[in-house]
Amino acid sequence: MIDFGYNINTDRQIDYDANDHRMSHFILSREPSYNLCIGCGSCTATCSAGNFTDFNFRKLHLMIKRGEISEVKTKIQKCMFCGKCLLVCPRGVNTRNLILTINCAIDELKL
Amino acid sequence: MTFDLFVLPFFLGLIFLLVVLGIKYTRWINALPKADILKIRNGIFSRKFFLSIKEIFFESLIHRKMFKQNALSGWMHMSFAFGWFMLIVIGNIESRVYSGKHINPPYYPIFLKFFVHDKKVLPFEIYTVPGFFRFSMDLMLLLILSGLVLAFIKRQHSKWFGYQRKTKQTEFDRFALTALWFIFPLRLLAESFTAGYYLGGGFLTNSLGWVFSCFLPVQYLAYPAWWAYSFALGAFFVTLPYSRYMHIPTEVLLIFLRNFGIKTEKNFNSFSEIEVNSCPRCGICIDTCQLNTSACIHDTQSIYFLRSVRQNEVKQDVAFDCLLCGRCQEICPVGINLNAIRITKRRDIQTLTPNSYNYLIPTQPPSVDVVYFAGCMTHLTPSIKKSMTEILDVTGVKYSFLDADGTVCCGRPQMMAGKIDAAQQLMDYNKTLIQKSGAKTLVTSCPICYKVFKEDYNLNIQVLHHTQYLWQLMNENKISLKPSEKTVVYHDPCELGRGSGIYEEPRQIIKSIAGLMSTEHEKADALCCGGSLGNVQINSKQRNAIQKDVLDELQKFHPDTIVTACPLCKKTLAKGSEAKVEDIAEFVCKALQPTANKKIRKEQFKSLTKAELIELAIEKL
Amino acid sequence: MSKKVVIIGGGIAGMEASITLAELGYHATLLEKSHSTGGHVQDWYQLFPNRRPAKEVLTFSELRMEGKVKTINDADIIEIEKNINDFRILLRNGKLVVADAIVVATGFDLFDAHRKEEYGYGIYENVITSADLEKRFSEGKKILTHDGAAPKRIGIIHCVGSRDEKSGNNYCSKVCCVTGVKQAIEIREMLPETEVFCFYMDLRMFGRHFEELYKESQEKWGVSFIRGRLSEANENTDGSILLKVEDTLAGKPLKMKVDLLVLLAGFVPSGGTKAIGKMLGLPFGDDGFITPKDEHTSTNLTDIQGVFVTGSCTGPKSIQDSIADARAAATQVANYLK
Repeated sequence: MIDFGYNINTDRQIDYDANDHRMSHFILSREPSYNLCIGCGSCTATCSAGNFTDFNFRKLHLMIKRGEISEVKTKIQKCMFCGKCLLVCPRGVNTRNLILTINCAIDELKL
Repeated sequence: MTFDLFVLPFFLGLIFLLVVLGIKYTRWINALPKADILKIRNGIFSRKFFLSIKEIFFESLIHRKMFKQNALSGWMHMSFAFGWFMLIVIGNIESRVYSGKHINPPYYPIFLKFFVHDKKVLPFEIYTVPGFFRFSMDLMLLLILSGLVLAFIKRQHSKWFGYQRKTKQTEFDRFALTALWFIFPLRLLAESFTAGYYLGGGFLTNSLGWVFSCFLPVQYLAYPAWWAYSFALGAFFVTLPYSRYMHIPTEVLLIFLRNFGIKTEKNFNSFSEIEVNSCPRCGICIDTCQLNTSACIHDTQSIYFLRSVRQNEVKQDVAFDCLLCGRCQEICPVGINLNAIRITKRRDIQTLTPNSYNYLIPTQPPSVDVVYFAGCMTHLTPSIKKSMTEILDVTGVKYSFLDADGTVCCGRPQMMAGKIDAAQQLMDYNKTLIQKSGAKTLVTSCPICYKVFKEDYNLNIQVLHHTQYLWQLMNENKISLKPSEKTVVYHDPCELGRGSGIYEEPRQIIKSIAGLMSTEHEKADALCCGGSLGNVQINSKQRNAIQKDVLDELQKFHPDTIVTACPLCKKTLAKGSEAKVEDIAEFVCKALQPTANKKIRKEQFKSLTKAELIELAIEKL
Repeated sequence: MSKKVVIIGGGIAGMEASITLAELGYHATLLEKSHSTGGHVQDWYQLFPNRRPAKEVLTFSELRMEGKVKTINDADIIEIEKNINDFRILLRNGKLVVADAIVVATGFDLFDAHRKEEYGYGIYENVITSADLEKRFSEGKKILTHDGAAPKRIGIIHCVGSRDEKSGNNYCSKVCCVTGVKQAIEIREMLPETEVFCFYMDLRMFGRHFEELYKESQEKWGVSFIRGRLSEANENTDGSILLKVEDTLAGKPLKMKVDLLVLLAGFVPSGGTKAIGKMLGLPFGDDGFITPKDEHTSTNLTDIQGVFVTGSCTGPKSIQDSIADARAAATQVANYLK
């Protein structure tokens, strides 16, 4: 099958092996606490931007781990960088540095 | 005779130095924004010019700030700076006496003792003109040498000089330092050997010369010594503009420009360049940095950061690994605006993806006199917002709780990360809301918000942190407080204390209620709780290490309560604390005397004695 | 003369250890800091997983203690001296107790929910802890909001003060999840018109019949479970609590009003555990609990000859765990003293 480089259908599943994990590796190398997330959702619940718009940091972070990075660039622009997520995380994930690192990854990988 | 080949290393080195400095300084000053150049023009012919001279004398020469830090360190720095300055000045005047001319080649005063052999021995004859000069020059040389001895001792015993941790020097700085250290001993040798053969030295050089002449062939050693002296000077001059010693001339320029009103704003411009080049790498900022003392982070202190800026090798993780607490800035003997420079450099490391807050659409808030902005963090310390709203209710003022349903961040966290444009979007939104409310006063519970509201929002209304507001209410007798038996310790938040200069109001409020204990680090010297949003890089373990040390100090004498004025400090300090950690708003709210105001709290009734209740009832009648 | 054993801490583990030792023929003295023995079990209403009355378990132990174990209440220990052959324990009232072996059973305290300020305990009137709720059950009180109304909806928050780096406790307190499920059922039984929502990160149904209890709570009692950790609670003007969580399974933030909020507070090492452990020089783990000699093979021994540990002072335990552990400790003591 010829690969035309674009897809009309959106995936109904996460094809883990086919996904692009470069962003995930980049972030892990810069911010080791990336691995600590248990997906409790405190960050999303407390998020300042979340009061006004659809911004889900837990999901964003999870999707990067799974390699589903197509929407990261548009979504990450909504973060106000206020730091509430950092203050509530029970695992001590450095969420703010993750935001910064994700932005760097977007530049590095030229997404 | 007024020339010899040996003066060339010095002379050429000097010319090189002056040319390089001339080019750099001209370039920097020309690159300043027009508004700043105007400030220079206005400043040169004003009082500010003389204030600068005064500051240069007291700080660059006498090193008053360093003396306050540690006497030995102060003496060491003063002896070099002041001593060398006096050697040049007195030497120049002395050379005029001997040459009879007003203008001499620059090497003439430096090597005067080579060119002029005044055979008369006048070691302590200070009443004659040559005697006075002879004595003074030797005295200044001795002064410098005493500093050199101290500098040598400091290498081994830095703790005596107030340095817990030594600076990691670059190879180049070490070379420049070696050249510097050789200069004056070589001068001493050259002058002593010359005096030993020709006589005519001062009390120091003459005596030494006599000693040397007893067992050394001084007439043959003198000339090589002068060569060596000239070389040392030349080597020092050539390396100066690229080493830490660039601070010697640049600091002078900085003091003038700073007094004229120029400062580093949000962009790294040539004034910032001047500030960066004024750093003497003295290392005082290392010991004062809590990342160093508590969290074992040793590569991010201002001294190293500024060095990396000069070398154009700023690393992102280092740039973002700073609490922006201001302790180093407070103690810097040169007064460099370290926080501002750090933020400008963060701005330079900008990532390309912009922030987009189009989803924020300002609504019409209620029209009120006072608008209360709790701040993001305050929602995580609800006792603060509850206390403030209760106090506001008691005063009966017409207010609205602007961010009751969720805060749009004030923008300062973005600013501290160098994202000025993103911050501006948030600021525009909040500013619109505040203006639409028609309020004359803005009260906020968070010092981080307070600082940005005050400095960057350009609101034309009164902006108050809630400590200031509570203080105002107390002075206007709108609230009255009953005393408490608790012992209290106050923790100065970085953004409120060093950041905004508010130290007294919270202390006065506390003292009117309870006994205030003092701590080792207070006011401008206060410690940072570790919770700072300024540091993006630091991990939770390192923050906990800082927090633990601060808590140990605050709880040293077992106070009942630690009072602070920042929700972030409160949240950070409360972890594992033995004492109760309260915000000043809570502290005041608990101490509120019941009033006959209609909006009296339910709890107030509960805590009243029977007598007080009857009194209230009678008051109401 | 039979050897003397002193058991420090009169909770369920201490009681059980003292009884077993007495039944083995040793002279057992139980030192309890407060006015009465029984520890935290005195405050519980019904025990998981079968919701039997806590009093029954207490009575079971108390009856066997009578006449066999010497109990000293209000015993405030100020010093413990270790000699070559014995221990001398000095109490604040001047009394001296001599022992050939010591069993430390100083137990746990509940996490002070005031410290989790964003949940509003002590600030909002309709926020209570699981212990407060349990007390209302035991005292036969009606479950009402602060204003005396019947709550239409009650929220239960798991992991308060546990698994939380920000509270300083990274560990799991083990028993709170099943307590939450149990209390949810108890509420639904008492107030059939009231909705109950449990907000959890994980559901730790580790013991026998625990998972079945969870199933029962959903099937028979209609308890709802939302996977999302509460970030902050706010108070509405009518006193009800507004919750903001992320419903992680649905992938969206969720807003909900509850009339009463119950916080499942976790375990922390008790003040007694910290004090006695320090007096004896016992090692503490990063979590603040006492570390025994070996965490697999010698969970009741310490590195100090003659000093044994049992109960929750070495980590969160259920009542079943504590009773079994206490008996194990007693056999270790017997082995040492023979």
